[in-house]
Amino acid sequence: MNRESHHELDCKGLSCPLPILKTRKAMDALSSGDILKILCTDPGSINDMSSWSNSMGHIILSSDEEDGTYIYLIQKK
Amino acid sequence: MGKNKNRRMAIIASKGTLDWAYPPFILASTAVAMDMEVGVFFTFYGLTLLKEKIEAKVAPHTNPAMPMKMPFGPKGFQDFDWPMPNLLMGNMPGFETVATSLMKKTFKNKGVATIEELRSICQDTGVKLIGCQMTMDVFGFSKEDFIASVDIGGAATFLDFAADADIQLFI
Repeated sequence: MNRESHHELDCKGLSCPLPILKTRKAMDALSSGDILKILCTDPGSINDMSSWSNSMGHIILSSDEEDGTYIYLIQKK
Repeated sequence: MGKNKNRRMAIIASKGTLDWAYPPFILASTAVAMDMEVGVFFTFYGLTLLKEKIEAKVAPHTNPAMPMKMPFGPKGFQDFDWPMPNLLMGNMPGFETVATSLMKKTFKNKGVATIEELRSICQDTGVKLIGCQMTMDVFGFSKEDFIASVDIGGAATFLDFAADADIQLFI
């Protein structure tokens, strides 16, 4: 599977619920199978992204942290 | 199809201060982002959140546990929790306005959306916003005082919607 993300969403500096609302909006514009890379600084986003993806049926390919930035790769179902 | 496609959330928003204005709009906008159908019934002081201009303030003297933080200056200064005696907060003219503007500034610094932004997202994404007719009569509001997408109804309107809801919240 090609895990290169061609779509990126910057949610750095945003608090709940904006990262989820923006992710939803960005995901709506993608096609099934597309991968969205999301950058967050909200520590609450770890659980929120997971819950949101789970409830929507999207797949979290990876969830990492680098210097206070949380990086998610989510594949649209 | 996500597992929430047929799920529904019903909220009663009964309070009009800034702190209580957030939960209904945060939960409603997020639930829609999770594919749920959402209806919010605005009643009593909550009804003011449907006015074109939202004038919600925080009321520190009725919330003694509220942390008093400054939204500017060095980090140590910002993190300091100012001890504000209730007597002072309740009696100083304009204290609510000052506290409200400090809190709004803090929210902005922390990347929290404004109530207006969240409400606008709710409108754009089809959240059902219901204004309470009885409260309108009591406080002298008319439909023209509210934003465009508001439905007007009473207890039966809410209950009919809430009876089929998976989540029901009174805020």
